[in-house]
Amino acid sequence: MNGPEENRGVSRMTIPLDSAGREPETLLAVEELKKYFPLKSGLLGRETGCVRAVDGVTFHLQQGQTMGMVGESGCGKTTVGRTILRLNGEKSAGRVLFQGREVYDLDRQALRSLRTEMQMIFQDPFSSLSPRLPVGEIIGEAVREHHLVPKEEYSDYIDQIMENCGLQPYCKERYPHEFSGGQRQRICIARALALHPRFVVCDEPVSALDVSIQAQIINLLKELQEKYQLAYLFISHDLSVVEHISDTVGVMYLGSLVEYGQKKDVFQNPLHPYTRALFSAIPVPDPKIRKKRILLEGSIPSPANPPQGCKFHTRCAWCMEVCRKEIPLRTEAEPGHFVVCHRYGGAL
Amino acid sequence: MKKYILHRVMLSVLILFCVTFLIYAMLRCLPASYVENMAMQLAMKPGAKPYEEWLTQLNASYGLDRPVLPGYLIWLKDAVRGSFGDSWKYTVPVLQKFRETIWLSFAMGAISFLLELLIAVPLGVIAATKQYSRSDYAITAGALIGISLPTFFFATILKLVFSVKLGWFDLYGLVGREYAQLDPAGKFFDMAAHLVLPIATLVIVSVGFLMRYTRTNMLEVLNADYIRTARAKGLSEKKVIRIHAFRNTLIPLVTVIGGSLPGLFAGALITETLFSIPGIGYTSYQAMLIGDIPFSMFYMTFLAVLTLAGNLLSDILYAVVDPRVRIA
Repeated sequence: MNGPEENRGVSRMTIPLDSAGREPETLLAVEELKKYFPLKSGLLGRETGCVRAVDGVTFHLQQGQTMGMVGESGCGKTTVGRTILRLNGEKSAGRVLFQGREVYDLDRQALRSLRTEMQMIFQDPFSSLSPRLPVGEIIGEAVREHHLVPKEEYSDYIDQIMENCGLQPYCKERYPHEFSGGQRQRICIARALALHPRFVVCDEPVSALDVSIQAQIINLLKELQEKYQLAYLFISHDLSVVEHISDTVGVMYLGSLVEYGQKKDVFQNPLHPYTRALFSAIPVPDPKIRKKRILLEGSIPSPANPPQGCKFHTRCAWCMEVCRKEIPLRTEAEPGHFVVCHRYGGAL
Repeated sequence: MKKYILHRVMLSVLILFCVTFLIYAMLRCLPASYVENMAMQLAMKPGAKPYEEWLTQLNASYGLDRPVLPGYLIWLKDAVRGSFGDSWKYTVPVLQKFRETIWLSFAMGAISFLLELLIAVPLGVIAATKQYSRSDYAITAGALIGISLPTFFFATILKLVFSVKLGWFDLYGLVGREYAQLDPAGKFFDMAAHLVLPIATLVIVSVGFLMRYTRTNMLEVLNADYIRTARAKGLSEKKVIRIHAFRNTLIPLVTVIGGSLPGLFAGALITETLFSIPGIGYTSYQAMLIGDIPFSMFYMTFLAVLTLAGNLLSDILYAVVDPRVRIA
């Protein structure tokens, strides 16, 4: 098992110094994470293949920082989030180190107590709240379960959390269906934060909401981050939102992280052809500017049967001979800016 | 809510009128005419009037000389006053015969229903939580067998094994031959022993449905996002299943269970007949065979009322159980 010291060594090059000039601590290290789902067919349910939902994802996340994860739908963003939190059964390969401990080595009891430290805000605020429980219970159940606060402070604690998340405490007795979408997402956030986590996976927390509410929720998330020094893995397909909230950005294509680095580097100097195509689609609020769109042809290949060599070569404008045959390696194109593409050659 | 219930009750009454009229019309059209048989028998006696004369006379005295609609209206007029006439077969008032037989049927229905619940719900939950495991396949297959094979098949198998081969129970009847000589406790156990096979049959044929229903609903809930939320909270698996999953499964379950409560009074026509248990089902079956219109009319109206009451009850329960449903 790797201790935290070793991890820090691995990620040294990628970490910027914080405002005080200290190196922030690595909270989460994900290395070559893979998650395959078996495909079963026939009467006997024989395994006939697998869907490579997550196929090689590596990144590090520091305390109090936000990693934005972008990619088109079906590329495995959500699965990454769930697999990190061990909500998907077993992983297929790779490592998930949370505070230096391998999440998948924990026994049931240890995992349950770790749940308070890593939380998830789910994509759909309508289906992720149990319809049979009042809101106060949804938020407070796990607090009680893990004995986070003394009994006599419990009620005040829930009120406090609800207020922090912009909910009136008198709503405690109401049921989820009595709230609007934005309020429900606040309930989800309050639920996750009630456990005082250090790390929260935000799985498209705003994509089910309309734009005015989106801004509120994102600002709320940012406020709470400053207040509690939270680390976010912010999964989204909305590039503008990711640009607004993230410190580092990862771009996923067909289960793999194809580009990863500081937000500034990735947005100003996108290297991977897929990232470029993706970013050329960001709308600019000025009708006079004519942007050159990079249009991708064809659709995303099936993750059950990914292309040989570089997974992106079927749609890449700069496809070379080598791309069809060899899988590209992760390259550090500039300090802290990684890309998986033959154009930037060389092994790591 | 009050307004809703009132509305539903009124609608039910309207439906009841239509249903009873249809039943009456059908009973009148049935070829097994009580009166014709009686006329035939009477005419065969030496020195009796010819068949046609008997027929007209009997038709007049049983009120069958009127066309269907006036006949129905007369039946209706008496029925709303609570008078269902005398049974032709049993030659006692219909309501008296009903009172004599209904409690036996209800006891059978209630016991088998309770057993069904105790068996079906836990098994359904197990099958769902261990989906695609061996126990799931075994439970599902068992349920399917129970649903697909007919009552008389099971009744016959049970009789063959437990009565003929093993000799544990009597083949049919509610009481044994020595019933009259037994003390009260012995009488009770004698009756209970005679009810084992009929109740077993009832449970086997109807437990499957409830089991599949529980499993399906539980599976649906287990795949819901809020179950993932519950797991992400770090709750123990037991709590996830009990508090989050099962509670939400209860919503459809309670409505189905509530809706079938009135049906406990309906009797089990086939099972009672197969085992010659003198409950309401067997009694009605015999009445129907010889074309006893007053008794058949009463029994089927009773069934219609039970069905309507069941539907109404399950709709009301739905609103009570599910916080999302509030009927204005």
